[in-house]
Amino acid sequence: MTDWTRKTAAQMADALAAGEVTSVELVQAHLDRIAAVDGTVESNSVHAFLHIDAEGALEAARAVDADRAAGVELPRLAGVPIGIKDVLVTKGLPTTAGSRILEGWIPPYDATVTRRVREARMPILGKTNMDEFAMGSSTEHSGYGPTRNPWDLDRIPGGSGGGSAAALAAFEAPLTIGSDTGGSIRQPASVTATVGVKPTYGGVSRFGAIALASSLDQLGPCGRTVLDTALLHEVMGGHDEMDATSLNEPVPAVVEAALEGAQMDLTGVKVGVVRELSGADGGYQAGVTQRFEESLDKLRAMGAEVVEVSCPSFEYALAAYYVILPSEASSNLAKFDSVRFGKRVEKATVEKTMLATRAEGFGDEVKRRIILGTYALSAGYYDAYYGSAQKVRTLVQRDFDAAFEQCDVLVSPTTPTTPFKIGERIDDPLAMYLNDIATIPANLAGIPGMSLPSGLAPEDGLPVGFQILAPAHEDARLYRIGAALEASLTAEWGGPLSAQAPELEVAE
Amino acid sequence: MSSLERSDVARLAALARIDMTDADLDRLSGQLAVIVDAVAKVAEVAGEDVPATSHPIPMANIHREDVVRPSFAQDDALAAAPEAEDGRFRVPQILGEEA
Repeated sequence: MTDWTRKTAAQMADALAAGEVTSVELVQAHLDRIAAVDGTVESNSVHAFLHIDAEGALEAARAVDADRAAGVELPRLAGVPIGIKDVLVTKGLPTTAGSRILEGWIPPYDATVTRRVREARMPILGKTNMDEFAMGSSTEHSGYGPTRNPWDLDRIPGGSGGGSAAALAAFEAPLTIGSDTGGSIRQPASVTATVGVKPTYGGVSRFGAIALASSLDQLGPCGRTVLDTALLHEVMGGHDEMDATSLNEPVPAVVEAALEGAQMDLTGVKVGVVRELSGADGGYQAGVTQRFEESLDKLRAMGAEVVEVSCPSFEYALAAYYVILPSEASSNLAKFDSVRFGKRVEKATVEKTMLATRAEGFGDEVKRRIILGTYALSAGYYDAYYGSAQKVRTLVQRDFDAAFEQCDVLVSPTTPTTPFKIGERIDDPLAMYLNDIATIPANLAGIPGMSLPSGLAPEDGLPVGFQILAPAHEDARLYRIGAALEASLTAEWGGPLSAQAPELEVAE
Repeated sequence: MSSLERSDVARLAALARIDMTDADLDRLSGQLAVIVDAVAKVAEVAGEDVPATSHPIPMANIHREDVVRPSFAQDDALAAAPEAEDGRFRVPQILGEEA
């Protein structure tokens, strides 16, 4: 019997179109898988989902099957199930952004991306776990307990989109949606051997995405293969007048680029290794560096020219990010005031109610960042912190501009290490922040980035991610180079890396 | 720039409308001081001649036609309110007793 959960989204779409399977069967197979392995916080299982909408997903699937039987023309991914990060509002489905302050909130509207997923006729399996308000790199800061990495349940699945990445790695969903403010799509992809893309800033509408840092946030697609990720990218992307930062231009032809890349010909492509992100100066795990170097060899073997470039101001990117993000977050999170929606801890006056509600509703990481942002924006400190950080942002953009003069794409390991153990860095915020050292510069500059698997580190057998960065608006380049590398590595492995993940214990 | 003191954190928490117990302040102020010292390095390279970037992809203001569109019905807007009355959000008293 075919285990449909092991197929790619593209294969599922083809099988649906060919009448080999129904959407109800696909949805049921994934609901069964979720029931078997997702478990709960208490059971120390994957816990990728915060909410599962079995009935809604099956109803959407039945409608797709009926339309297909009636000969209605359907979108490519119609009937293929999907998981949505809990940062996106979904009409009628609970939305918490991983925070207790939004526990039980049912949004009265759909995010634009949610609407596009529904219009693409993709059944929504449920909402995936995340660090509270997307603040974190491990999903340990979720108000509802951590997600665990399917490769090793004692380890983090990355964050903030650990739920979306773990759901893919555990075969609970073929596609998921993420959001990337400093690496929250790419870093989880890296540590779970999945694929994740942060599109160009403005490439995907953020209307209905609960804002973390508005000048950095971008929604993006997550999948197990580069082609699947491209298919979802085209569903999500495109101009939306409900988002003032939305780019008024067509979605890049990323599916075409992925198909072209799979031909494995990179003749004439110039690939730049960013010295400051490559681990050349130390601090990177040996197996991460080794797999990165091997991937560079693969690119060379397909005809690419690999050169080294330097981006000296990246040394300041992490510091700039941890000024800009908390500043914007402290402002965005002011709306959780106990008045219009969300939690209320009733006290004698509205001010005391607000103080108590936010104290109880927010976790420690959110409090840390709100206070940091309040400090950086306060009179007397604004120029030294926020003003300076915005200047660093200009310097980072200039470095990227200079680098892209010399090459078509830039590459690096996505993260300095393979996934660490749950609890290991929870009391050391600075150590946690270092996880995103290689992913943050792209957010500061608004450029697109992808992470895809480059192998398992020999010393611990855990996933290593390969990051590709392209100039703004050139998202298609990520898919061409990524699909080529994926094809080359998959041929060597004898199949996708995701298939090598250990079997999870199945609940009775 | 000096490091963040415990009393600074207490003042900032009040500004940000987050109640903090002594235990919260003990736990968070040490961590915050470390973070503030680490991010202070942004000032090292921020020369006067470097312009600030607030938005990664420059964009002019976006306008739309000035016509009325449907928006939330009152019931929808109030549906998730902690407390509502007479079609409005209900809150505890706004002024303290000293007022």
